[in-house]
Amino acid sequence: MGKKRKMPGLNTSSTADISFMLLIFFLVTTSMDTDQGLARTLPKPPEEDELNNEIKVKERNILNIRINKDNYLMIGDDYVDISDVKPRAKEFIANPENNPHLPELKPKQVKLLGTMMVTENHVISVQTDRGTSYGVYFQVQDQLVAAYNELRDELAKQKFGYKYQFLTKEEQEAIREVYPQKISEAEPKQYGKGQ
Amino acid sequence: MPELNTSSLPDLIFSVLFFFMMVTSMREVTLMVKFDRPAGTQLEKLARKSCTSFIYIGRPQEQYRAQYGNSTKIQLNDKFAEAGEVYDFVMDDRNKLAEVDKPFYTVSIKADHESPMGTITDVKQMLRKGYALKIVYSATKPRE
Repeated sequence: MGKKRKMPGLNTSSTADISFMLLIFFLVTTSMDTDQGLARTLPKPPEEDELNNEIKVKERNILNIRINKDNYLMIGDDYVDISDVKPRAKEFIANPENNPHLPELKPKQVKLLGTMMVTENHVISVQTDRGTSYGVYFQVQDQLVAAYNELRDELAKQKFGYKYQFLTKEEQEAIREVYPQKISEAEPKQYGKGQ
Repeated sequence: MPELNTSSLPDLIFSVLFFFMMVTSMREVTLMVKFDRPAGTQLEKLARKSCTSFIYIGRPQEQYRAQYGNSTKIQLNDKFAEAGEVYDFVMDDRNKLAEVDKPFYTVSIKADHESPMGTITDVKQMLRKGYALKIVYSATKPRE
């Protein structure tokens, strides 16, 4: 009678299956949310006294891009296509031939690169109507960023032999000083009869 | 041939399971607007998701159309809002963050590509007013 009865082990062979099911459930529902987008920085809100005296920028230093309510695109005075934005922007930012109608080149001391001719005062202004569709505006912004990125890549390759993204922090900063991103988020204006 | 000892298999799978449970973030808001984000080529990944607020802009989903109409709406958290409410929204959201995270506060604008710029501009003006200056225009990769 004093025999000790051995407790039968709990059958755990199905635990693996159960946890597999849970695992698969979480695998399916997980969206390793890779949220991507175009990062921008908005300008600070205008101060009271700044509202009246707009900063004067020389005409040659501004690239006006306008999009009307029917999504037609204008650069300066010409109607253009979305595919023209990038080459026009690149030409404007770099002004390689020192064209008097494009932004003025100024010598600037840049670390690691020495003296570079930089279109320091250029501004790209994107103006939209209230009725412009967001998709077109986004495309233009995307093309402008692409123009900057290509110019930076070209300079990086020429100076350091690598693309911009593979450079060290200091080198990237030097490149950024030659091609600073200056896209103005202009105060909204109402053109024509949008909306 | 001796049988393979599988007694540690459940433990292994459990640890993988816990990993996935941790990284899973169940979507916090129910989307009330439909949006088809624009496609872009120069995209960056969102750096810190915990410091990000989302603003959804688009037309209401079908079940809300009868009540809210079919024009472009802004969704903040779980309800439709006017552009003016964006200011309070960013203020609240930023105040919830720890002090060290506040400089990284970003607003991601998830807008439909057909939305009129008027709505977007109104939102942007409110963001500027609230000093939420870092924004991301959420987008998808171009489809090949």
